[in-house]
Amino acid sequence: MPLPLYIFIFVSVIKSLIVLVVLLTAVAYTVWLERKVVGRMQNRWGPTRVGPFGLLQPAADGLKFLFKEDLTPPHVYKPLFLAAPMMALICALTSISVIPFGNSITIFGYSIPFEITDVNIGLLLILGVTSLGVYGVALAGWSSNNKYSLLGGLRSSAQMVSYEIALGLSLVGVLIQSGSFSLRTIVDEQGGHFWGFIPRWNIFHGQFIGFFIYLIAAYAETNRIPFDLPEAETELVAGYHTEYSAMKFAMFFMAEYANMITVACVATLLFFGGWHGPLFGPRLLEALLPLFWFGAKVFCFIFLYIWVRGTLPRFRYDQLMAFGWKFLLPLAIANLVATAIAVAW
Amino acid sequence: MPSLHLILFLAFGAVCVGGAINLLAQRHPINSALSLIAVMAALAGEYLLLGAEFVAAVQVIVYAGAVMVLFVFVIMLLNAGVEEETKGSRVAILLGVPGMLTGSVLVAWVVLRQAGTETVAIGALPGPPKDIAQLLFHDFLLPFEVTSVLILIAIMGAVVLASKPDSPAGKADS
Repeated sequence: MPLPLYIFIFVSVIKSLIVLVVLLTAVAYTVWLERKVVGRMQNRWGPTRVGPFGLLQPAADGLKFLFKEDLTPPHVYKPLFLAAPMMALICALTSISVIPFGNSITIFGYSIPFEITDVNIGLLLILGVTSLGVYGVALAGWSSNNKYSLLGGLRSSAQMVSYEIALGLSLVGVLIQSGSFSLRTIVDEQGGHFWGFIPRWNIFHGQFIGFFIYLIAAYAETNRIPFDLPEAETELVAGYHTEYSAMKFAMFFMAEYANMITVACVATLLFFGGWHGPLFGPRLLEALLPLFWFGAKVFCFIFLYIWVRGTLPRFRYDQLMAFGWKFLLPLAIANLVATAIAVAW
Repeated sequence: MPSLHLILFLAFGAVCVGGAINLLAQRHPINSALSLIAVMAALAGEYLLLGAEFVAAVQVIVYAGAVMVLFVFVIMLLNAGVEEETKGSRVAILLGVPGMLTGSVLVAWVVLRQAGTETVAIGALPGPPKDIAQLLFHDFLLPFEVTSVLILIAIMGAVVLASKPDSPAGKADS
């Protein structure tokens, strides 16, 4: 039965708080994981000093960011210089609000879904909000009044606009198959198995190529290696955030990792069956296992991100553009046409 | 007491009009472009309140997210400076503001006379993606496809104008 208004507002506030806290903790520990894993891949230890296995390193980093001097260089365009990191962070945090983490649970007769809100254009909302995230980076580069920042900002906006097309087209195949923009419906469509043992996830259901297009485009969208040209330190010092320090820099940093987590969540939901997985055990365990499966799949994607960072070198800028427009985009269109024909059959 | 719906509608409307005025008042092109983004986003909010979720999302993705990014991109690339004031701009203000006010009052008057003030329930008009797809790809397929051909021609024209055949810029990506 539907919730009364005041309980609905109360539940929504609680859910938003929980999601925010979990997301920010996840961001902090993704940074820790990255330093640790890349460290081991490069045959060094990574953080070890603060806490066991360096587990308190994120807290130490956070404190350090807070106590650093908050510099604003004299030649910047101040309103936008201050607003840009906030824009980046707000967009990164907003898109998590429509992601369903699991099925709904029933408390006191009310059914409460594991997400902040279920809108039936959920996927479009994520795409829209991520497309607004470009402004944070672009305006940071411009308002810094520094040639390296400007070049970083320009590179980043050109790259994001180019790869957004391939990213969007790779998702259309999934949308055609499930016939809905609602992330919950898309996940529900992926329940069950082929021949009793292969899960009916979209990646095994004709969207294999679509998934790889999404994966590559998502790396470019989040400015990660091998597409991290906006902050290529050998050419651009630090790219768009060269002039930023202390908490303003930390906002860009958090936005980047929050975007990584969102992208991993979307990949899990659209191609890997979301929270579907084997359920067993007593009632309580059975209710919590979907959350575990969702988290485990997202973790795999984040590990893959870090793995790729430890493995691949950076592209040249013209290679990046040529790859996006001449290879990825035609492939995405071909995938879309093939899916449409297969579904119409 | 007005409903929450009406309050939100008026709030988004105020942001829209305020953003549009700010767009004209600002001297720096970046600020003007950002006000235009605010107008686009507020319009998306209005569409959402009218029950057109798909149109709202497309408004954000296409206009606020793609078209305006290119605007900002061009402003950044050209490093456009502060607007200069000329004699013509003062005349434009003197004539333009009353002219625009008269025009909008006229439009509002005509619309109210023609359509009246009766309201349509949310969801009564086609809003979900399925309805829009039915309209675009079935009922109005020919006009829709002709429009896309028109846009294709425009893109080809832009490419022809932008690429000078004898400049080395076209061969940079070999």
